[in-house]
Amino acid sequence: MSWTLDNLGLIGELTLEHLRQSVPPILYGLALAVPLGWVAHRFRRVRGLVLTVTGILYTLPSLALLPLLPVIFGISALSAVNLVLALTIYAVAILVRSVADGFDAVDDAVRRAAVAMGFGPLRRFWTVELPLAGPVILAGLRVTAVSTISLATVGILIGVTNLGYLFTNGFQRRIVEEILAGVVAVALVALLVDLLLVAAGRIAMPWTRGARVPSRALPAGGRA
Amino acid sequence: MIEFRSVRKEYADGVVAVADVSLVVPSHKTVVLVGSSGSGKTTLLRMVNRMVEPTSGAVLIDGEDVRDRDPVRLRRSIGYVMQSAGLLPHVRVIDNIATVPILNGVPRREARERARELMDTVGLDRALALRYPAQLSGGQQQRVGVARALASDPNILLMDEPFGAVDPIVRRELQRELLRLQSELGKTTVFVTHDIDEAFLLGDEVVILAQGGRIVQRGTPDEILEAPADDFVREFVGLVDGRRQMSLRPTPHGTAVVDASGRVQGMLRDGPT
Repeated sequence: MSWTLDNLGLIGELTLEHLRQSVPPILYGLALAVPLGWVAHRFRRVRGLVLTVTGILYTLPSLALLPLLPVIFGISALSAVNLVLALTIYAVAILVRSVADGFDAVDDAVRRAAVAMGFGPLRRFWTVELPLAGPVILAGLRVTAVSTISLATVGILIGVTNLGYLFTNGFQRRIVEEILAGVVAVALVALLVDLLLVAAGRIAMPWTRGARVPSRALPAGGRA
Repeated sequence: MIEFRSVRKEYADGVVAVADVSLVVPSHKTVVLVGSSGSGKTTLLRMVNRMVEPTSGAVLIDGEDVRDRDPVRLRRSIGYVMQSAGLLPHVRVIDNIATVPILNGVPRREARERARELMDTVGLDRALALRYPAQLSGGQQQRVGVARALASDPNILLMDEPFGAVDPIVRRELQRELLRLQSELGKTTVFVTHDIDEAFLLGDEVVILAQGGRIVQRGTPDEILEAPADDFVREFVGLVDGRRQMSLRPTPHGTAVVDASGRVQGMLRDGPT
């Protein structure tokens, strides 16, 4: 424990840096995945295309992506921007399917009811479809957050300092405890962000709290 | 007044949902569209608020073609009650009821106050105001659905098998409430059901539809029962299986009214002399 205790300051700084690099990609990923996932949900014909392409993105090895992005986007290979960009791509790759599934999961009867009440398309999206897709999107977002926080450590390979520093430094200096401290720190950050997301979900979606099985399990009325 | 002028609905795959229906729903009256599934009754209903556009023909409200109205505004001016209530699951009861007034720009406070009054109107305990729909029973949800439809005080009420998903006892209760409400409010109502008993109970006029969206008969319940147009109607209203073929049978306790299978359906209040 002595290395850890002696270096709490360093771990703290690296943790903050780590959050600065991994939280934006999660948010950017969400912002991009919502429209893409909605398109996949809404337009059956492009659904396969959208989901396949984003799925393939996820299979790109990060070690290849990090040197490639600067060539494509003309940014510095050794910058945090490069890392944020790569992490955003992975976040989108994971989230698009969740978002599409989330919109798919909205009960058609509820959607029809909203139309019948006189919701315009835009208002229906923001106040009915998006909130009701929320629980499924949140589930995807939690996976994305944990994965992004863990993946961000590769940044150290392009010289972007974050908790990944503890892995390379510990490896070079043969300090096993430093590596373990890094693993635990990453896990704690991931856990903390996950808890925050769950809490945010409970506040934003109060109807899901202790929800019973909705009575919509009843047979929905077919067109007569 | 709602007027259907030779409306027809044919889908791209050639299925005809409604075939040349002309029909007038007089103001302040309840017209019940009744038929089995595939008879186009819900399609007809949805033409009124433009959720379905007729392939040909027109629907007029007080003489104005609904096609000339903005669909979103039109829908806000018409109350709509769906099967299994169709409430917004993520919105509390009170805000579900206040949905349309809020869409119309009524201040939230005012809309909620009105929503609470409506809870009284439809017989809902105000204590349920802050619940979510999933926390209510089926019958309570349906009452919320009716309250929501009444919230902006529309002239027209469209009801699409509203009581189809609740148990028979609750259904009877809701039907009685609706009759009471209708006698107080006098909305121009189009009510869709596949239950002929419900149709006869609620309708000032009943329209019987057959497969492919054809009107086979329309009239008051009395008219239909007294002079069914054809065998289909006779069958549909229960004059073939004997459910509504009554005869009198004297018993030691008075005169019984029995159906064709000999089941006692009721007792005459004063025995025939």
